[in-house]
Amino acid sequence: MTPLPAGHPPLHSAVAQLYSAAVYGVPVAHGLMLAWVLFIVGLIGVLVRRNLIFILMSVEIMLNAAGLAFIIAGSRWGQPDGQVMFIFILAMAAAEVSVGLALVLLFNRRFRTLDTDAANRMKG
Amino acid sequence: MLQLLWLIPVLPFAGFLILALFGGRMRKSAVAAVGVGSVGLAALVSLVVAAGFLLSAQNPSARVYTQYIWTWINIGAFKPGIFLYLDALSLVMVLVVTVVGFFIHLYSAQFMEESEGYGRFFAYMNLFVGSMLILVLSGNLLLLYLGWEGVGLCSYLLIGFWYKEPENGSAAIKAFVVTRVGDTALAIGLFLIFLNLGSLDIQTLMGTAALKWRIGGELPTLAAALILGGAVGKSAQLPLQTWLPDAMAGPTPVSALIHAATMVTAGVYLIARTHVLFSMAPRVELAVGIIGAATLLISSMSALVQHDIKRVLAYSTISQIGYMFLALGVGAWSAAIFHLVTHAFFKALLFLGAGAVIAGFGGEHDMFKMGGVRKQSPFVFWTFLAGACSLSALPLVTAGFYSKGMILFGAWQSRQAGFWLWAAGLTGAFLTSIYTFRMVFITFFGEARTAMAKKPDIREAVPLVVLAFLAVVGGFIGLPRFLGIRSLSITGFLSAVLPSSAQMEGQKETELLLETVASIISLAGIYVAYFFWLSAPEYSREIAQSRAGKTIRRFLFSGWGFDWLYGKLFVAPYKWVARVSRNDVIDVAYSFIAGVNRFFHYGLSMTQTGRVRFYAAAIALGAAVTITIAVLAR
Repeated sequence: MTPLPAGHPPLHSAVAQLYSAAVYGVPVAHGLMLAWVLFIVGLIGVLVRRNLIFILMSVEIMLNAAGLAFIIAGSRWGQPDGQVMFIFILAMAAAEVSVGLALVLLFNRRFRTLDTDAANRMKG
Repeated sequence: MLQLLWLIPVLPFAGFLILALFGGRMRKSAVAAVGVGSVGLAALVSLVVAAGFLLSAQNPSARVYTQYIWTWINIGAFKPGIFLYLDALSLVMVLVVTVVGFFIHLYSAQFMEESEGYGRFFAYMNLFVGSMLILVLSGNLLLLYLGWEGVGLCSYLLIGFWYKEPENGSAAIKAFVVTRVGDTALAIGLFLIFLNLGSLDIQTLMGTAALKWRIGGELPTLAAALILGGAVGKSAQLPLQTWLPDAMAGPTPVSALIHAATMVTAGVYLIARTHVLFSMAPRVELAVGIIGAATLLISSMSALVQHDIKRVLAYSTISQIGYMFLALGVGAWSAAIFHLVTHAFFKALLFLGAGAVIAGFGGEHDMFKMGGVRKQSPFVFWTFLAGACSLSALPLVTAGFYSKGMILFGAWQSRQAGFWLWAAGLTGAFLTSIYTFRMVFITFFGEARTAMAKKPDIREAVPLVVLAFLAVVGGFIGLPRFLGIRSLSITGFLSAVLPSSAQMEGQKETELLLETVASIISLAGIYVAYFFWLSAPEYSREIAQSRAGKTIRRFLFSGWGFDWLYGKLFVAPYKWVARVSRNDVIDVAYSFIAGVNRFFHYGLSMTQTGRVRFYAAAIALGAAVTITIAVLAR
């Protein structure tokens, strides 16, 4: 943690942390941990959910986790590339959702359900 | 007239072709006309050829007629020609094969009428006669071998003719495999002869052998031993005799034609044909005599205890061929051929008579269930009796007496172990008349246990009568010299081809004495059979019931346990190897690789579930593992 400037009054712990977060930014490790947790939550959602809508939502969470990781990395090194990448991810996510929802509609029309296992015709 | 020679083997082959191609669609009468007619024509042609042969020269015995047909193969020095070679020996054989063969075919025309596969039967029979004629007419060992294998094939096909019974099939396989052992020896002998003498032409090779090889040397001994191996297999002699009793599974005319009159005597013919080689190998020649003597004793003892009338005749055939081998072994070549001829007459007659009896009792083979045939069918009885008398060498009036007497005289005169071979022959003659008349008394005398359902008609009767006639008078072509009648003499006729050895010129008194002894022995045998099986059967029953009697009986019944021995020595190990090889030993390595592949294949195909979420999990897991490795490996 960066040392306080000279002549700075001593700080109480909770207030001090809020302060330091406001002044010096969130620590990189915390940000990455959040991205990691988000990603895992999204992945678990993809794996356990059977409803297509929920799977799509979980995929969005995972995309956002990746975007968050880019932002954190960008702020860590003070580069704009991370934010550029996030814009890209947003655009890509929008496209993906539009295609995905179209597929969901077709799927529903065809199988009268949103359960992904209903489309499984394999015997193996 | 001799130019017609080629027609003799061609006619039966033509009959075979017609029957094989169209036999299934022809009426039975047409099949019989083709099948019997082709062999009948061949018999007529061979009579014409015989007349031409005898009339055309001053000294017919020395005459040789060769008919070149074409060159089979032409590679360097190897030029086996296909040509027919007719001399006194092959003329005798051709006459036996075609004439006896014709009567057996005629008999079959009625005998097989009820049976399925009438056309197939005659096709095989014609093929057999054709192959046998090739065998005896060939002037070349290679062509002879072709006929040799042809008759073996036909024997196999005809033993297994009623192929729906599994035991007939296995009898056929047994006959084929056992004779194959001898055939292999013969093939190796042919290679050896060609390699060392440069020719397979019989006359050339015998001439070259006499020049190049010395008497008693290694090569002639080996060559003669290998030829003997082939002859032993085909003629069912010790130690390859086990197939013949089982070969009785075939139809009775087949047993008469192939397993009595012609094919089984091919070994005798082969040895007589190549007799120069045997003269050059005295040890092998002695072995021929010993094999013959041992075989005739062993099999005539086995014939004493059989129930099945055809098995009695089968063992009898083995022992009579043993006589021929005995004669060959002492150098009495023409005596062997003489016995071959008379044996063809009376044994074919006995088989055909037995066939009539068996058919009469509705396929019953067991003599003890027959009985009383004499009253029911006197015709069959009298013809059968003629054959039986000839087989047991009833003095003066039968053919068997003269041929067997000549063999015994030759054995007596021979230098090598002559006395012992003669004694074995005499013992065999005694046993022969016992088992022959045991068969006659059990089958034809006593009261009828079952009524005969079927009597022979004209097609069966004519062969029986003709063969009975031949079985009685056929011996007059070889009268002993002490009778002082200089008529037809088979020894003289064959003398140019098969020079009678000096031993045959014995004293007339000795010959007379030996013939008298043989006559007494044969009559004594008939009396023994009469005593044990007709006048006082309780004695024979008592002996059979005693403990020693039972053991000996079982031993003899099984043919001296040869089948058991070979089963243990060869069949069981072979089956074991076959069983082991079923899961191919060498294949284990390859099937292991295949198994590993299949394992991974199943493993991977199990991941193809079609569940998207499972795929996603797998991708995630794979990514995690990859990243972990990448991070840790840095």
